Amino acid sequence: MDLIVDYSLQGVQMLLVVTAAPALTGLVRKVKARLMRRAGPPILQPYRDLARLMRKEAVIAANASWLFRAVPYLVFAATWVAAALVPTFATGLPFSWTADLIAIIALLGSARFLLALAGMDVGTSFGGIGSSREMLIASLAEPAMMMIIFVLALIAGSTQLSTIAEFMLSTEAGLRVSLGLALVALIMVAIAENARIPVDNPATHLELTMVHEAMVLEYSGRHLGLIELSASLKLLLYVSLIACVFAPWGLAPMQSGLLSWLIGIGTWLLKLAVAAFALALFETSIAKMRVFRVPEFLGAAFMLGLLGALLEFVLAGF
Amino acid sequence: MPAFSNANFHIVNTAEWTARASLLGDGEVVLAGLWGEADCVRMAVRSGANGAIDVLTLPCPDRHFPSVARHHLPAMRLERAITDLFGLKPEGTPDPRPWLDHGQWGVRHPLAHNPQTDFEAAAYSFLPSVGESLHQIPVGPVHAGIIEPGHFRITANGETVVRLEQRLGYVHKGIEALMAGATLEQGAKLAGRVSGDSTAAYALAFARAAESACGMEAPQRANYLRALIAELERIANHFGDIGAICNDASFPLIQAHCMILREDVLRALDSCFGHRFARDRIAPGGMTADLDDRGGSLLRRLVSEARRKFARIVEVYDQTASLQDRTVGAGIVKPGLARRFGAGGYVGRASGHAFDTRKALPYPPYDSLPFEMPLLDEGDVNARVWIRIREAEQSMLLIERILDSLPRGPVFLELSPRAGEALSLVEGFRGDILVYLRLNAQGRIARCHFRDPSWFQWPLLEAAIEGNIVADFPLCNKSFNCSYSGHDV
Repeated sequence: MDLIVDYSLQGVQMLLVVTAAPALTGLVRKVKARLMRRAGPPILQPYRDLARLMRKEAVIAANASWLFRAVPYLVFAATWVAAALVPTFATGLPFSWTADLIAIIALLGSARFLLALAGMDVGTSFGGIGSSREMLIASLAEPAMMMIIFVLALIAGSTQLSTIAEFMLSTEAGLRVSLGLALVALIMVAIAENARIPVDNPATHLELTMVHEAMVLEYSGRHLGLIELSASLKLLLYVSLIACVFAPWGLAPMQSGLLSWLIGIGTWLLKLAVAAFALALFETSIAKMRVFRVPEFLGAAFMLGLLGALLEFVLAGF
Repeated sequence: MPAFSNANFHIVNTAEWTARASLLGDGEVVLAGLWGEADCVRMAVRSGANGAIDVLTLPCPDRHFPSVARHHLPAMRLERAITDLFGLKPEGTPDPRPWLDHGQWGVRHPLAHNPQTDFEAAAYSFLPSVGESLHQIPVGPVHAGIIEPGHFRITANGETVVRLEQRLGYVHKGIEALMAGATLEQGAKLAGRVSGDSTAAYALAFARAAESACGMEAPQRANYLRALIAELERIANHFGDIGAICNDASFPLIQAHCMILREDVLRALDSCFGHRFARDRIAPGGMTADLDDRGGSLLRRLVSEARRKFARIVEVYDQTASLQDRTVGAGIVKPGLARRFGAGGYVGRASGHAFDTRKALPYPPYDSLPFEMPLLDEGDVNARVWIRIREAEQSMLLIERILDSLPRGPVFLELSPRAGEALSLVEGFRGDILVYLRLNAQGRIARCHFRDPSWFQWPLLEAAIEGNIVADFPLCNKSFNCSYSGHDV
């Protein structure tokens, strides 16, 4: 019986992330538009866009290999699984025991690797530029992310997100400098990973400045739809990740009742909305940096993570 | 004073032509224009200090002329265009490739006495770049944004641009061919359609050339109203540009506010003159629309509102460090190069080239209106933004001064067309627009040539981007905002 409940909860989580993801993207766009005194598209617009893309014919370059066709599905699958692993409204869901934070990062890394390959597959110059820039960013973001994971693992004694979240909820966690450093570093990594301003601009039409968008420039129709949904999912994943580690309030613990699950969902949605507002505000107040500033930006994230880890070691020594 | 007494027309021989070309090469004088006719070539040369313009005409009975580009590179694209349109060959040119003609016209040398219809279009080869791990990025001619078509061939080493080569001519509309044989009225309409964002400036340049050729002057009130429209056009474009530059640095907040300002100006133009861009309101002989008192007070309100809002936008621009980080030091045009190319407008004035037609070759009413010409030496994107900001402020001041001193009287005088030729230079928002006009004995247009300021700015963009990174090209390009349509005519 427990098993059935557990797996149906996991099913709810999987459906929840994939249905909420476009709304999060829509909300960020809406808030950004309002901040610029524009009306902005409706929050539900990304759903319509996805429906439109799914209906449309996928135009594929004559010299595209099987990889180009397969990548959107693989990327979507990897991102969806990764998003299902992050506790959103409840901890201790069955999938969360099968993989830890490192596995989530590995899944996202594989998705990006595939996308970069697909970007170069057709052989256009923009795909190549996008892939090479994406790899530059990834090779700097991933070490920073690993540092953040070390800090969390040192504090919580596990890389398991459910365990970390429960530890954070307990009184043991307390206020720690290293946690603050890890939070800032994680936000910086999340911005870079999700191709947001100031690292990349998800709304630009300028091919030469694109990173993520240049990589997927050749995609259309359902392929593009899947890639856009994956991008929305990834944003939702990072917001959920930050929320579950640094603001785990409202998360339903293992073996709890319907009420706490509903509270969990409600607080999670609230956290998403707060994050959307914060992201939109941040993106409106800053210009995009030059491509070669990105290493400095991510280097700072890495150093913050490193500092946090060192601090934990030093404090443990006393 | 005749309308353009400071243009002197001379017919020269080959030796004098070459001598002047080498003077250009030495930087003694500035090339203001180089254009062809079926049986001659003409060159407008401006001497720096007193602003006098010499127009040299070299008859080419043998269908060739000594290349000016051999001595002075800024003439190169103009010469290539002459060859494309008239089939006159520059002797000793460093670059014999076509420029405007892409082999798609179905005719070769369309403006020559006997155009060729039977020809084979040669393949166009871009300039080579040799080196290890270089790769090419073709951009355009159709771009992702709503801009005009033009092709940019970028050769890069990773992110570093090794060479940018432009290919223009995609929006060649054959306006100069349409002009031949047109009446002045038709000509004025065509002139207003050379480059849409500068419609008032082009109409003004054409009208001044036409009046000068007919030996008459527009009524004083018309002169003031023309300047009023020209300044409104300038601020509308500068507002739009400032916003667009910030948007290309992914800072759309400023663009959102700049677009509102620009829209305010366009709506004011619409309610004062009945057209959002005041197209076809400036005509040879004066103005086809007058400004009433209601319009005057509306424009005063517009300026005081815009000044207040604009100051806040400028403050945001100045205080956003992340934005300054993008614009400062990006896309530098060296002052020497700007002077050599005689680059006008914000491109020249941001690189220390102190030339503004309204100051150097003042036409009424600018000869009696005080205003400042902002000048910077840095030559980067930031400097071009600041020149625009300061110019917009000066233009708002000018609009108020024009409204203060607007004389009463008629706004239109019927022209009596006669044979004659004239040159006019007018300051559009991009820089100096040159119009050469020759009327035949029936008072119809025999030859009309438009030289957009972009002719001397596009090549500087190629220089500014060299050694920069690929991702900064759109930002640099936007800070130039050269005209495709005006260049390709």
